[in-house]
Amino acid sequence: MTVIDFLFLVFSAVVVASALGVVASRNPVHSVLFLVLTFFSCSAVWMLLEAEFLAITLVLVYIGAVMVLFLFVVMMLDINIARMRQGFVSYLPVGALFALLMVGVMVWVVGPVGPDVMGTPALDKAVRHGPEYSNTEALGKILYTDYVLAFEVAAVILLVAIIAAIALTLRTRPTTKYQEPGKQVQVKRNDRLKIVKMDADGNETGREAQK
Amino acid sequence: MIGLTSYLTLGAILFAISIAGIFLNRKNIVVLLMCIELMLLAANINFIAFSHYLNDLQGQVFVFFILTVAAAEAAIGLAILVVLFRSRHTIDVEELDSLKG
Repeated sequence: MTVIDFLFLVFSAVVVASALGVVASRNPVHSVLFLVLTFFSCSAVWMLLEAEFLAITLVLVYIGAVMVLFLFVVMMLDINIARMRQGFVSYLPVGALFALLMVGVMVWVVGPVGPDVMGTPALDKAVRHGPEYSNTEALGKILYTDYVLAFEVAAVILLVAIIAAIALTLRTRPTTKYQEPGKQVQVKRNDRLKIVKMDADGNETGREAQK
Repeated sequence: MIGLTSYLTLGAILFAISIAGIFLNRKNIVVLLMCIELMLLAANINFIAFSHYLNDLQGQVFVFFILTVAAAEAAIGLAILVVLFRSRHTIDVEELDSLKG
């Protein structure tokens, strides 16, 4: 057993255990934190497959932005946990049955027990690159040449997502007070200021004018 | 010995767990969205495993685009969720049936 084999076993065990934690947690906040652990150990698994750029992207973009967004929303919403857990136990048998059935079929197809479809030599071209190999550079070369159109479309998709998210959640409450600079600069002196003539000693005429 | 089958098995197990999560947490939309993220992650593991064992970078390019679309989907989904909670004061899936005929 090599070091890579050992690391794969450790990280995939963490992936599976924390994915179970996501599904089974009572509190949605714990679910999100388990999801962070799942993504983190999954990025370690990707690192073993020499996909360094995507592994770092998963940590930076997914854990750093998307999971924090989830955490914000979960903490912002006032969720009744007890009601949300209704039906968990009654759905457990059918859910577990489906999961076991799916995993059984898929492992039978791709795994080592059934027909050995993945044992062909065409699927064994793995190359262990040396330290001088840059995954980011190789990915960038192919991304900015062959896939440049798809890359720009992805940028447009992100822009649409930004605008959609802001347009959906932005609201102007009638009670909110805010400044209008256009009206502020157009104010004349007479709108704000009133000069009252009065005598210095405060006699009857002065009081009259003050009223 | 760890080979392609091990990575594919990991992806299959992760996918099955998220399917089970969708079955079990049928009331909480936030956990449903998280299970969808897990499914995408399982698909990405398969893509990267094949990319490595075929020595072909196109699988990683595809994962790059999947990550982009998944981030956009999560942002819009959570925005819809916030608007929904503002107007209905619940995220219970069974009570969100106002379009039902």
